[in-house]
This record gives sequence, C-alpha cells and structure tokens, in this order.
Amino acid sequence: MTEYFLLFLSAAIVNNFVLSRYLGLCIFFGVSKNFHASTSMGLAIISIITMSSMLTWVIEHFILIPLGLYFLRMIVFVVVIAVFVQLLEMVIKKFMPTLYNIWGIYLLLVATNCVILGVPIINSEEHFNFIKSTVNALGSGTGFAIALILFASLREKLQFSDVPKSLEGLGIAFILAGMLALAFQGFSGMIPL
Amino acid sequence: MITAIYAVLAMVGLGLFFGFFISFANKKWAVEIDPRIHEVEDALPKGQCGACGYPGCMAYAEAVVTNADVPPNLCAPGKDAVAQKVAEITGKKAEAMEPKIAFVRCAGTYEKAVRTSLYKGISDCVSAGMLHGGDKGCTYGCLGYGTCAKVCMFDALKMSPEGIPVVNPDKCTGCGKCATVCPRSIITLVSPEIKVKINCNSKDKGAFVRKNCKMGCIGCGICAKECPHGAVMVENFLAVVDSSICKEKCSDPVCLAKCPTMAIRPAIWGVVPGNEVAEKLGLS
Repeated sequence: MTEYFLLFLSAAIVNNFVLSRYLGLCIFFGVSKNFHASTSMGLAIISIITMSSMLTWVIEHFILIPLGLYFLRMIVFVVVIAVFVQLLEMVIKKFMPTLYNIWGIYLLLVATNCVILGVPIINSEEHFNFIKSTVNALGSGTGFAIALILFASLREKLQFSDVPKSLEGLGIAFILAGMLALAFQGFSGMIPL
Repeated sequence: MITAIYAVLAMVGLGLFFGFFISFANKKWAVEIDPRIHEVEDALPKGQCGACGYPGCMAYAEAVVTNADVPPNLCAPGKDAVAQKVAEITGKKAEAMEPKIAFVRCAGTYEKAVRTSLYKGISDCVSAGMLHGGDKGCTYGCLGYGTCAKVCMFDALKMSPEGIPVVNPDKCTGCGKCATVCPRSIITLVSPEIKVKINCNSKDKGAFVRKNCKMGCIGCGICAKECPHGAVMVENFLAVVDSSICKEKCSDPVCLAKCPTMAIRPAIWGVVPGNEVAEKLGLS
C-alpha cells in the first residue's frame, strides 16, 4: 500500500510531468490563460491518462509482447490513444451533452498530447504491473492538473500587473513557468523510486 | 523475417479494426444537429460580441433554433436585417428593433476637467479607479484610460487626444460591451435620433461640479422648467433626457438655448463633446 502511495506522490509532485520532466508544455501554455478552462482541462487529462494507460497496458501485454512486437509500442500506443479519445468524445457527445459542453471540447485537444503518450511509455519501460501503471497514470494526471491550475491562477493575477511591454503575454509566462519549475525542483530526490 | 510479417499483420489488423470500429461508432452514435442552426449562424454577423447574452454567435444560433422562447431579434450588431433573416429561418416573428449607439456621458477633457493627482499605474480605467477613486476631481467622470476603446471589437470607439472616448456612429453597433466594462457606468446606449445630449454623469451638487469641471451639469433645473414636453428631468442634480419623448414630440429644442452652462448640447455624434457647437458653425 505504502509503495502505491509513494508512487502516486512521486508521479504527482516529485517527477511532475510539466515542471520536472518538461512534457506537455503546449497545453500548459495554451490553456492556462483562464482558471475555469484549466480546471476542465486538468480533469480531462486525469481521466484520459488513466483510462488510456490501462488500455495500452492490456494491448502491450496481450498483443505486443506475445507477438514479439515490443519495438512497435510507440506507434501502436499513438493509434490506440487517438482512437480511444475519439470514441470517448462520441459517446459523451451522444449520451451526456451537459458533460460534453463543460469538458468534451478539451478531449480532442489532448488526443495526441505528449503526456498522454509519455505515461504509457514510462509504464512499459519501468515494467510496471497493471495496478502500478494505473496508479502512476493517476498520479501523473493529478500532477499535470496541479501544475496547470497553479499556473493558471498565477497568470490570471499577472493580467493585472505592470509587465514590461516586450515581455507581455507569453514572454512573462515562460519566465513564470521557469520559477514554478524551480520551486518544484526542491522536491527532487525526496522519494527515491 | 517472421517478426516483420507479424509486425505488418498486427499493424494492418489494428488499423482495419480501429478504422471500422470508429466509422461504425460514428454512424451509430451520430448526433443530429438541426441544419437551421448553421443557417442562422451564417446569417449572424459573427462578431462574437456577446450582446445577445450568449457566449458567441454559435451559442445564440443554437438557442434561437432549439428554444421557442428565445426571440430572433437579440443580435444588436445585426440590427433589423439580421433579425428578419433569423425570424425567417426559425419561423418566429421578429419585433422591430430600435437602433442604439453608445453614448459617452462625460465631457471632462484634460483641458476642461480638474485632475487632482498624477496617476502612473497601469493604463486602465478599472485599476486607476481602484486607487483612491482615480486621478480626476469628479468622481463620476471619465478617467480617460481607454478601457472601453480596448474592448470595442467593431473599432467604433477611439480615445481622443483630449482624453474622452469618441464614438463613431457609423461603426457602433450598440452591442453595449463598452457600457459593461466602464467602471463608472458613463457609457449608455441611446437612440441616435435624439435631439439633444447631456454629456455629464455627475450627481454632485452644482458648486462641487463647477469646481471640478467646466462642462458639467449643475442641476439648476432650468431645462426641466423650459421643456414644453416634459422630456427633461433633473434627478440627483443631473439633467436626464427621456429620449422617446424628445425624439417624437420635440421639433425645436428650447433647452439648448436656455442652459446656462451649455451642458445640454445638440446631438452631433463623432466629435469630442464640447466641440459640437464649433462643429456646427464650421469653426473647428
């Protein structure tokens, strides 16, 4: 139990995907202008990451490894995740229109995101079992959501501050992201996994 | 070699499976969208201004088609022409729309109004207003940092060098974005056909108004007494014109001549308030 808890914490905070591994930066800068959008995006990321890493684990262990096609995993994962996200979007659009309005538009944005692909790849390289993969994915998604929400709150404050003309917009956002990453560097090495 | 064959087979198999699966799901779980929604959206001006009360033109198109209670004439920038088209597509009855444009109720230019302090913060009316109520003596007047001009998506509102925003009546669609964003609620929407305008928002007493601004309404009430139609009223030391009475009944506005401070001026649009008379005489 402790092992899983530590794995979750390590994925969420110590090895935070955005601020320690520098993955998924396109969404991190694209959707973080607005607090509400970033919360929805964070939720979408958590759910998609968890479900797609479960799915890819099954595909890897029941199709790729028996056939000796381990080296194809990256291509297969891309296809599987893209299809899965499309399908999920269709189902939600059809059966839960309210949920689709809040959350659905972010689904397709994350379909080919590097975080979503990164987690299954890490799972397969670390040879995690099914539960460990799921916990790792859940932790990574939560970490991404935390980083996104923190950053969006900071950027909303930033709109009211006096920024030098040449740094307005993305420029100051990059500097801010660097500072946030520095703060998260303080966690590094706290959980040796 | 055998691995290569496996690889090709596995990829082809996965590809075919997913391809058929997705196309099957697409048919099976397709969501029917009323084609009229797209027709309505094409008819709308697509400024995405939100004057209708919906987040964007698409949302309004969807609401007006699917909800019977949503009237077809909510699009302010589209005016009557768009309302007619939307009504035609949705089969609803469009009520006539009265065109409106934004009206800046302040004439306190840098020259005419007193500034009590020197503000060097962010060039934005909201933040200027938050700091001890702004740098202007008149607490009802335009701060002049152009928050309204920045928010106008039709390029109709420009800050003049004199420090008061000027509305271009040809470009203004009456969406009311500037009226919402103005921290002092100086901008209102009025009919462009009114005879007179009062560019003042000050509810201070006369002497106090006089001290802070040369252009303000002192609330003396002469206009209210002189107007034969009762279109002008003084409330809280500020003259207010009832535009419907003024537009319909009045042919010879006596209030213009009687106003001792010239706060009531002829309704000439697109000039810095205070310059109308000069404009009329061709002096500018």
